[in-house]
Amino acid sequence: MSSVNPGALPETDTESRPRRQEWPLWEVFIRGQHGLNHRHVGSLHAADAEAAIRNARDVYTRRNEGVSIWVVESRHIAATAPGDKGPLFDPSQSKVYRHPTFFDIPDDVGHM
Amino acid sequence: MAERSRDTDQDALLQFLLRMGDSTLILGHRVSEWCGHAPVLEEDIALANTALDLIGQTQLWLEYAAEVQGEGKSADDLAFLRDVWDFRNLLLVELPNGDFGRTMMRQFLFDARASILLPRLMQSADTQVAEIAEKAAKEAAYHLERSAGTVVGLGDGTAESHDRMQAALDYLYPYVGEMFVSDATDAALTAAGVAPDPASLRGEYDALIERVLTEATLELPENRFARTGGRDGRMHTEHLGHLLCSMQWLQRAYPGNRW
Repeated sequence: MSSVNPGALPETDTESRPRRQEWPLWEVFIRGQHGLNHRHVGSLHAADAEAAIRNARDVYTRRNEGVSIWVVESRHIAATAPGDKGPLFDPSQSKVYRHPTFFDIPDDVGHM
Repeated sequence: MAERSRDTDQDALLQFLLRMGDSTLILGHRVSEWCGHAPVLEEDIALANTALDLIGQTQLWLEYAAEVQGEGKSADDLAFLRDVWDFRNLLLVELPNGDFGRTMMRQFLFDARASILLPRLMQSADTQVAEIAEKAAKEAAYHLERSAGTVVGLGDGTAESHDRMQAALDYLYPYVGEMFVSDATDAALTAAGVAPDPASLRGEYDALIERVLTEATLELPENRFARTGGRDGRMHTEHLGHLLCSMQWLQRAYPGNRW
């Protein structure tokens, strides 16, 4: 399992300069309208959660995109490792019976 | 067209609109100077947003000012074709940006007053003033949240950021008093119900900035001496002329140019 954590990255600049203290990275989720889910829109740096929300407001909602913002520090997100893609996702490819494609959906139902 | 209080001295109204519009114009330009230079990308975008909000407010104030003036001029004419002595902005907003901390301290000191003044202007007897204030008040409330948050973050941050913020406050504080000096123009506007008496806003303002500055572990200077001369146009600082040079040069060099 991998996760994003800039603070844990190895120091590359070991010369005389002092270590640069980077703000933590935050993942931003925006809800576009009431009733829809929050969607991941990108990430940004901020010193704390309040600042991250303000930054998200300024970076990601300039064109009236949102009614709600969530932020979560990137290091709290546990993610699948790219190398595990085969075992995790390939087996489902051959299981067509899991897709509900054998039903006729009446036109009146609309988008499903 | 909006109904205007008939008793209002038109000249006082014009002065008021120039004071409002010139302050947002000059501060908007100052803040825009950070575009592409802010310490981090997120702040760069946020500062540009703030600058654009302020320029947007300027457009409304100066458009109305031009209308009241009645000389067939536009908001653009007022912004780009007047010289230093015609500007009625607060001295505070024409001061150079300094470091990022000083810029944010100046923003905070301005936003705090806007967040108190604009809701009061929403009750103005002049409906056009009330409408402009209503739009601007929402933006000002957010600007204040952002600038106050940064003032606290940097003031109560590292030893260096704390010292820089204290130095910024010491440098800017003498320019705070001008926001609350009342003159004959203000008296006329207050009598007509167009705008509140600036002096009447000071108590609320002091309480607000004291709360934030205490949280920021910063000390308010004891000396309340106020530098004035911007709002009445008596004497601007040397900085305004330099600012106008870069802000106005295009319209001066290529009169009437559009794109």
